[in-house]
Amino acid sequence: MADKVLMKGNEAIAEAAILAGCRHYFGYPITPQTEIAAYMAKRMPKIGGVFLQAESEISAINMVYGVAGAGFRVMTSSSSPGVSLKQEGISYIAGADLPALIVNVQRGGPGLGGIQPSQSDYFQATKGGGHGDYRLIVLAPSSVQEMADMTAKAFELAEKYRMPAMLLADGTMGQMMEPVELPEPSESKVEKPWAVTGTKKERKHNIINSLYLNPEELERTNFERYERYKTIEENEVLYESYKMEDAEYCVVAFGIAARVSKNAVNAARARGLKVGMIRPITLWPFPKDVLAKAAEQVKGFLSVELSMGQMIEDLRLATACRRPVHLCNRAGGMIPSPEEVLDALNKLKGECEA
Amino acid sequence: MKKFEYTPRRVTLFAGHYGSGKTNLAVNFALHLAEQGQAVTIADLDIVNPYFRTKDSAELLARAGIPLISPAYANTNVDLPALPREVYELVARRDRYAVLDVGGDDRGAYALGRYAPMILEENDYEMLFVANLHRPLTKTPADALEVMREIEAAGGIPFTGIVNNSNLGELSNADTLLRTEAAMAELAELSGLPICFSAAEAEIARELDGVFPLTLQSKYFDIKGEEKWQK
Repeated sequence: MADKVLMKGNEAIAEAAILAGCRHYFGYPITPQTEIAAYMAKRMPKIGGVFLQAESEISAINMVYGVAGAGFRVMTSSSSPGVSLKQEGISYIAGADLPALIVNVQRGGPGLGGIQPSQSDYFQATKGGGHGDYRLIVLAPSSVQEMADMTAKAFELAEKYRMPAMLLADGTMGQMMEPVELPEPSESKVEKPWAVTGTKKERKHNIINSLYLNPEELERTNFERYERYKTIEENEVLYESYKMEDAEYCVVAFGIAARVSKNAVNAARARGLKVGMIRPITLWPFPKDVLAKAAEQVKGFLSVELSMGQMIEDLRLATACRRPVHLCNRAGGMIPSPEEVLDALNKLKGECEA
Repeated sequence: MKKFEYTPRRVTLFAGHYGSGKTNLAVNFALHLAEQGQAVTIADLDIVNPYFRTKDSAELLARAGIPLISPAYANTNVDLPALPREVYELVARRDRYAVLDVGGDDRGAYALGRYAPMILEENDYEMLFVANLHRPLTKTPADALEVMREIEAAGGIPFTGIVNNSNLGELSNADTLLRTEAAMAELAELSGLPICFSAAEAEIARELDGVFPLTLQSKYFDIKGEEKWQK
């Protein structure tokens, strides 16, 4: 077993990206993810990589667009307001079918909001925060170890499907420290015949572009892209199922909310209430099938979120509203306690048994 | 096992790489001084770190009768690097023990420059470099020395000693600390500074000679099994 180190979530993302062969980082500081940029600023010059603090988030994402077009593993990171600024660029990257990693360590919103943790960018991440028909692969880690593992995974998936991937964390995940076993060094194994690397006068030049002059062609690229998305929905869903075997109630939560919820599940079971949890790890593709199946087993669902209730919409769709779905939430940088989740579970039980 | 013994200076400063455990050490050190009947005040000089601050231990410190000086905006939604005037008073009045929790890295230590001339003039201080050699950017003595020099340049107070706080969070055991001893001795030699003491979580410290025991606050994201929730 490799040596473990003690890392902040933000550092784990940065080091894991380097281990995954990323040598290009473009960003702009914002709390609570600044450690990613700080780490890259320290490490990249020592390994022949590029760290560049751009003049804004908008220019950072467009630098990502450029380097992605050249076929290199590239990333940017920010927190909620900064990720809003990046949306135009993300749409362009998706429209040009380029792989890239965007990290969002969320904080409270809307607007400038605050610097405390939040999950209220779920809609933005999973429904397309920018314009046009496109998707992002969205990974939601729930431990510092997963921050590292999912970073490598995000690069792989982005390249495999030629699309941007997002790591969606929150302030606590970024700031908390846990022991981590860093992933083995890896690199891109995907051929990139589309990359703009110079023709050497041996081939026709490649074009990186998201502008289509005739609508038939633009429609065709949209349909092709959605065929690819269908494959992803079939093959790349990730989730954790916790104590679901005999569960009568199911908590659904991701990221930091899933850690609080795991405590609530254990607290509920200690009091004789049979509760389990399904934790979506990929938020897109959303684990629809396992939730639909759970709807045949449990009496009700509880969506635990650090938002006014965003994932709950996908949960209701996935379960076709066959069982009551309640929301247990805090917002604006506040975090529900396991006791609050437990209270919400008892209320759900009360309604289901009434 | 030998108990932790240490003769404190009037001002004790904890500085180091971010995430090295400065805040936990500072809080526990202030509690230790209070337990020995000393008048002590703790000040949070961290203008960098947004979460997990001295203020999280406000209740614990209040119960021990330890005044806490904390930036007005700590643990709020405001990212404003302003320090309260009471820190100046604590440093200037020289009438009680002062424990200063300095922000991480050179960026955090800049805040120290404001008080450095007074602390140097009084010349009754210990500037402790908190080192965790299980952190990726301070894994080797050479890397740790680099961070040490950056902090000194920014803060304007030379380090006078090292605290070995090498740990792996929840996976820590006695060996986690012990296996860093050789590298820590190398850091001491490279820097010409003594290792003033080592620190570890209280249960672990109990197994070791003269190690400063740390009581760590459980956090809302620590995952606890069913047995912990039995009432």
